[in-house]
Amino acid sequence: MTRALHPFPGGLPLDHYMEWTCGEESLLQPLPERIVLPLLQHIGLPATPIVKVGDKVLKGQKIANASGYVSVCIHASTSGKVTDIGDYPVPHPAGITARCIVIEPDGEDRWGEIQAVDEYMSVDPKRLQDVIRDCGISGLGGAGFPAHVKINEGVEKAVDTLIINGVECEPYITCDDRLIQEKASYVVAGTRMIGHAVQAKHRVIAVESDMPAAYAALAKLVGDDIELVQVPARYPAGGEKQLIQVITGKEVPSGGLAIHIGILVQNVATAAAVYRAVTRGEPVVSRYVTVAGEVPKPRNLQVLLGTPVADCLHTCGYEPNPRHRIVLGGPMMGQHLRSTNVPITKTSNCILVQEEPGPTAELPCIRCGNCATACPIRLLPQQLYLDARTGDYDTARQHHLFDCIECGCCSYVCPSQIPLVQYYRHAKSHIAAEERRRDGADHARVRFESRNNRLAADAKDQPLPDNMHTTSANSEYVQAAVERTLARRAGATGPDEAAEPHD
Amino acid sequence: MTEAKVISSPHRHMGLTVRAVMVRVAAALLPGILVYAGIFGPGIIIQCVLAMATAVATEAVMLRWRDRPLAPALGDGSVLVTGLLLALCLSPLSPWWATVLATVFAVALGKHAFGGLGQNLFNPAMAGFVFVLLCFPAQMNQWPGAGTTTPGLGDSLSVIFVPGDTAVDAVSGASALNHMKSRLGLMEMVSEIRAEPIYGNAGGRGWEWIALAWLAGGLALLALGLIRWHIPAGFIAGMTLFSGMAWLLDGEVYPAPLFHLATPAAMLGAFFIATDPVTAATSDRGRLIYGVLIGALACLLRMWGAYPDGVAFAVLIGNACAPVIDRFTQPRVLGVSPR
Repeated sequence: MTRALHPFPGGLPLDHYMEWTCGEESLLQPLPERIVLPLLQHIGLPATPIVKVGDKVLKGQKIANASGYVSVCIHASTSGKVTDIGDYPVPHPAGITARCIVIEPDGEDRWGEIQAVDEYMSVDPKRLQDVIRDCGISGLGGAGFPAHVKINEGVEKAVDTLIINGVECEPYITCDDRLIQEKASYVVAGTRMIGHAVQAKHRVIAVESDMPAAYAALAKLVGDDIELVQVPARYPAGGEKQLIQVITGKEVPSGGLAIHIGILVQNVATAAAVYRAVTRGEPVVSRYVTVAGEVPKPRNLQVLLGTPVADCLHTCGYEPNPRHRIVLGGPMMGQHLRSTNVPITKTSNCILVQEEPGPTAELPCIRCGNCATACPIRLLPQQLYLDARTGDYDTARQHHLFDCIECGCCSYVCPSQIPLVQYYRHAKSHIAAEERRRDGADHARVRFESRNNRLAADAKDQPLPDNMHTTSANSEYVQAAVERTLARRAGATGPDEAAEPHD
Repeated sequence: MTEAKVISSPHRHMGLTVRAVMVRVAAALLPGILVYAGIFGPGIIIQCVLAMATAVATEAVMLRWRDRPLAPALGDGSVLVTGLLLALCLSPLSPWWATVLATVFAVALGKHAFGGLGQNLFNPAMAGFVFVLLCFPAQMNQWPGAGTTTPGLGDSLSVIFVPGDTAVDAVSGASALNHMKSRLGLMEMVSEIRAEPIYGNAGGRGWEWIALAWLAGGLALLALGLIRWHIPAGFIAGMTLFSGMAWLLDGEVYPAPLFHLATPAAMLGAFFIATDPVTAATSDRGRLIYGVLIGALACLLRMWGAYPDGVAFAVLIGNACAPVIDRFTQPRVLGVSPR
């Protein structure tokens, strides 16, 4: 059965530059000297470490617990010793640091005890979700939304169509293409498992039309239960909203989620990770990464999470060059890296090296409308730009700023070379900060009141210690507190001593 | 701490800059200019050079005055295109001071008074043209080709630069539109008027070829993807619709749609002037409406207005309507249900 495909508005026909890497067998990236695992590798809250500095860990051992619903746990990607838990540079355009667990590999790469779920078809979907959550599976495509959250929503609100997204629409990136070619059976089996977990009526695996080898590999394995679809190559066909539109003709409601129209989208790598998690109990400890652009030997690598970007570049014969710009991700949506000394995380799909473009002069907008024509969401990019530039954030919201997927089509075509996406990001973060400040005030008030209530309740339950009632004892108590504080200031402040976590 | 600038995605650009767009627009005008000069003498080239030089000088003065950097604004080439389009609207026999005055008005008041590139509400070239058209109607209505001799370089220079030169009388006459209008006013019939030697197969003799060359240049812009089809198609549809209705009503009082379309002003207007992105509507639907509006207005002004041609006025009125059109033709954002 062939499915009728639908067009999506806007978009761009981009050159793909896939031919250099999609035919090359992937290489195993050697063990690095140091593994740095950020506690936040996905959308949501960072995980909470459950190991201490000095602990020995085995590969696949859980080292940080999910903290909250929209959070996933972290596993050691190799065996070794935890040498630090602290702030390290992480992939971020502003070059910031974040909490990471550092592991010094012992070189044995020994797996810890892992447990398989024997027969997934007989397993309760709920149990399958727990496995997915415990194995630290967050979306391996790009945004990194925790997989169990999407699947859980899928269980609660009937899923009509499960779409497994193998549409790599950004130029250069071939990591999903390679993964499908090398591990097609994982992808197909993982699709069946997710399909079972959410009881999807239709299961679709989508690849781009310029991925013939991947298509052929999948075509051999899919049965009647899975539709294999080739999507015309047009950027950003692999974006979740666009792919849903292409395959089902439906539009994800503004401000809503795909699941609200009965659709669940997961990346092919996520499907493969689910297969491993279920049949072998293996958590996510590595991923495929494309190294492309101005490197001598561009190709795909299988990289342990936490491996420095610099190591991957070295494997591909790259020598650092100040005239080059290193991008983590593709040329359209990737992050500029200020340093290559940052770790590969669950969402790192590509390392792109490109010539640093000369300084570009941003000219005034001439209202040519090319941006609006290219926008796949049918926004008014030039209007949003004016709103963002003049600081009129309320109007920007009315113009659906938050529907922008930051695909970069508008900036790409702008003849005035205005960094439009940068303006939108700035506006979004400004609005988010504003809301946090507002919510923060509310939050603080709620916390203050609940603390007062708690203290009142405590006081009722148990009388205060005696020494709190007498003045002399009280001064002793204060003195002791002052000494403790002084001692703490003199010494290094450990994370355990932080009185109350800031939330 | 050095706060390095955040470099945001995308890390690629398609490479088409404002400057590249302007260069291509100018190149698309070139065939028409050559045909123009071939038929009616080198006067038009002199006017183009004069207007472009004045435009650049005015732009530089205005930028300096407004304390803005010169290089980016002069480098984008937009002011050259403004000068070029303005010169192409004027008669090649216009006195030099009229061309200079129109250009200064266009750049200083049409463009910079609003805040420079991208900020102007009205098409600067049309603003400049209409300014001199209203102020000096006599000088603006001396056109070559009305059964007179074609001026050479010497004649052209003397007509343009020597005040009170009588040579202008030998080489100028009324334009086809003007001729048609005045004769129709004398209750003559279209078929009679069309039999006169100043008319060709479709429009004014010679002028129809220039119109064809503008059309070719416009189609080249379309093929290169520098303009989209909505404005020209709307313009032509609007003009055809209204002139066609009048023509069907009485073909001896109202000339055929082809007569209106085969004028240089119509083709230049449809493909090069109404398509100026700064002053046009922005969405595809909005641009179609905008094009129809200008085409229809130009036609109505030609038929019932005081001036023989109405394209420039129609463009200015269209400019004024563009924000309203934009307001009501916003595309439906993906995932937002129609209200």
